Amino acid sequence: MNPPGADISQPPLPLRRRLVELLLGGGLLASAASFLYPVLRYIVPPPSADLGADTVVAGKVGDLKPNSGMIFRFGSRPGILIFTADREYRALSATCTHLDCTVQYRDDLHNIWCACHNGMYDLSGRNVSGPPPRPLEAYEVHVQGDEIIVSRRQKA
Amino acid sequence: MKNLVTRAYEWLDERLDLQDLMAPLRHKTVPVHYYSYWYYLGGITLFLFLVQVFTGILLLLYYRPSANEAFESVQFIMTRVQFGWLIRSIHSWAANLMIFFAFAHMFSVLFLRSYRKPRELTWVSGMVLLVLAMGFGFSGYLLPWNTLAFFATKVGTDIVRQVPVVGHWLMVFLRGGEDVTGATLSRFFGLHVAVLPGITTLLLAIHLALIQRQGISVPGGMEGAMHALKYLRKHDPAAAELWLKQAGAQAERREMPFFPNFFLRELMAWYVALGVLGALAALAPWELGTKADAFAPAPAGIRPEWYFLWMFQTLKLIPAKLGPLDGEMVGVLAFSVAGGLWLLLPFFDRGEGRGSRWILGAGIFALVYMTAMSVYGYLAS
Repeated sequence: MNPPGADISQPPLPLRRRLVELLLGGGLLASAASFLYPVLRYIVPPPSADLGADTVVAGKVGDLKPNSGMIFRFGSRPGILIFTADREYRALSATCTHLDCTVQYRDDLHNIWCACHNGMYDLSGRNVSGPPPRPLEAYEVHVQGDEIIVSRRQKA
Repeated sequence: MKNLVTRAYEWLDERLDLQDLMAPLRHKTVPVHYYSYWYYLGGITLFLFLVQVFTGILLLLYYRPSANEAFESVQFIMTRVQFGWLIRSIHSWAANLMIFFAFAHMFSVLFLRSYRKPRELTWVSGMVLLVLAMGFGFSGYLLPWNTLAFFATKVGTDIVRQVPVVGHWLMVFLRGGEDVTGATLSRFFGLHVAVLPGITTLLLAIHLALIQRQGISVPGGMEGAMHALKYLRKHDPAAAELWLKQAGAQAERREMPFFPNFFLRELMAWYVALGVLGALAALAPWELGTKADAFAPAPAGIRPEWYFLWMFQTLKLIPAKLGPLDGEMVGVLAFSVAGGLWLLLPFFDRGEGRGSRWILGAGIFALVYMTAMSVYGYLAS
């Protein structure tokens, strides 16, 4: 029966036995996968619910003196509102594009500055010096009555 | 060709001497008899506890334990997190099934009289584990911060106030103040995810080590032959083999090796339990209800979780005044005394005779009373 040289002490498993093992193992593997899949999907956080805020009241007219800035809440993230020396409102994302620190307005430099790695942005949000790789996102500013309203620019 | 698993096992074995570690498992046997199926109940309870630990950790990824955010975070899990409804529903279902199987396990141990010497400590540790499990249920119930949980916790912690002398102090301790507030939630959260799991893990280890050390109990009547065989195996293995051979297949069938025979059966039971859990969670996801409002009136038909219902119903039936004493206080005291006696049950059983018949009667009475009161509690409200 066995070819010469074959290991006689362990005869090959009959086909039926191998089929049963295959089905059993496959079934166990499939159910393990069906337990793991929901768990893996579960630990991936869903997109945050409140990022959708597109328009907020950032502050009131008179809150800011000329040549100063303040941080406001834009959804779950900080924004920066600046009243320039030319008495013009500017609103931008306050999250540095380098490593996520929150930026601030420097009235001595008339620029936006990130304290973490000395990144510098101009008043339009362009990254002008230091490590930041991209400009800050700029928002629209409208004054309605005495409220300063900031909204995300609609993507064309 | 050796496969990877064998190679990994050998690598570890060379360093940790796993053979030695596995030896007690290999010698462990499980008695085979008419009541063998009862032996699975403890294992299923253990499995459900493991499910609780696992799904509980997952829930911690999104849950926020504060009065302002708890309800919203559970709502977030149920509606926004992928499969969040599944994880939470499994956690709730497994909690209820775990309590059910713990009770079933307790009664099976009682009726098979497995608590007798030398297993008194196993019974005591098991009883404490059961109380801890109910503590898990009580503390976990509040965490979603919904209306039902809020008022159930108010009632539950208020009952504690009836305990003489320290009652008021105990209630303030539980609530973290005079009322059920965010402070209570923080407290229950701490109990539920840190204190109780810590104590439970320790006691569980002791409970399992005791079972491992003493072997699995055999109901009386089947005991003689088993003991003889065990004794022979220990002192004269050759004689034991001879005896087994002569007694034939019948004696052989009286026990099976724990590993792998019973172990595989146990795994199969766990697999079925997991399937049932998944089906229950998918077909009947756990409700969330409405957010707790301390200034809203309590909803009609409020009642605790089913495993507290028999006590709740009993307290409702006791009149407000029993002579000079408060009815509630008498009820709480009676439960405390009954619980204490129940805990010490093995110490009243001195072998055959009156003591054990008494205990059998108490067991049947308790089972009938708890079932009847629970059913009554459901129908009454």
